[in-house]
Amino acid sequence: MSALHLEFDVAGDNFLSAGSATDRVKNELRKLGVSSADIRRVAISMYEGEINMVIHAGGGKAIVDIYVDKSVVKLIDHGKGIKDIELAMKPGYSTANEEIRNLGFGAGMGLPNMKKYADELIIESEVGKGTTVTMIVNFS
Amino acid sequence: MKIKDVAEILQGEILCCEEQADREVQAACGSDMMSDVLAYVKDQALLITGLCNPQVIRTAVMMDMICIAFVRGKEPTAEMIELARAKGITIIRTPRRMFSACGLLYSAGLKSGK
Repeated sequence: MSALHLEFDVAGDNFLSAGSATDRVKNELRKLGVSSADIRRVAISMYEGEINMVIHAGGGKAIVDIYVDKSVVKLIDHGKGIKDIELAMKPGYSTANEEIRNLGFGAGMGLPNMKKYADELIIESEVGKGTTVTMIVNFS
Repeated sequence: MKIKDVAEILQGEILCCEEQADREVQAACGSDMMSDVLAYVKDQALLITGLCNPQVIRTAVMMDMICIAFVRGKEPTAEMIELARAKGITIIRTPRRMFSACGLLYSAGLKSGK
């Protein structure tokens, strides 16, 4: 059983609130005494995922389980899905439009950042049905 | 240098969290691309940016940064300032452009960090 279980609805149409779920998780991790280096890895990977859900999938759900030795973040959306996951993982590759780029994202760094900071990244996606991203960060 | 020194060097105006103007920043990151900030920032406490939207504040929160300087006179919205205040991030607005803002701070001894 996890020490802490959190669930969030990530709104797809609210760019202001994007990142608020990650912010909550960050605060909870701090309260639990997790090291700041580990908190940052969880925060960056989850935040990138949250942004992805907002800009590509019209929002979704974030389910977070924090254990003594790791965190498991699951991001579930019912968006358009990822056609070619290998291609999407390539740094610099992006399907984001101009509007998203103007917001400071869509540089093709989201998934590479998530891979860089999470110890394990699992992407399950079906075109037209949605995507589930699971990220595990082991605490040092 | 201190946050208040950053504001002075940039001839900028502090828009919130002035009470922590005596806090030290050792290094800074200048970028308009938040994904790059998330990818490359380590211990830089100051973000210099010309991008002006709520996710700039969120990004700074994620990276434990304590100060954001908006260049080119960008005007953060009331919502952004409120979020920054709630998170204890000082906001500076400066008419300087990115290149000169970075150059001035670098010349004054601010580093780019690890």
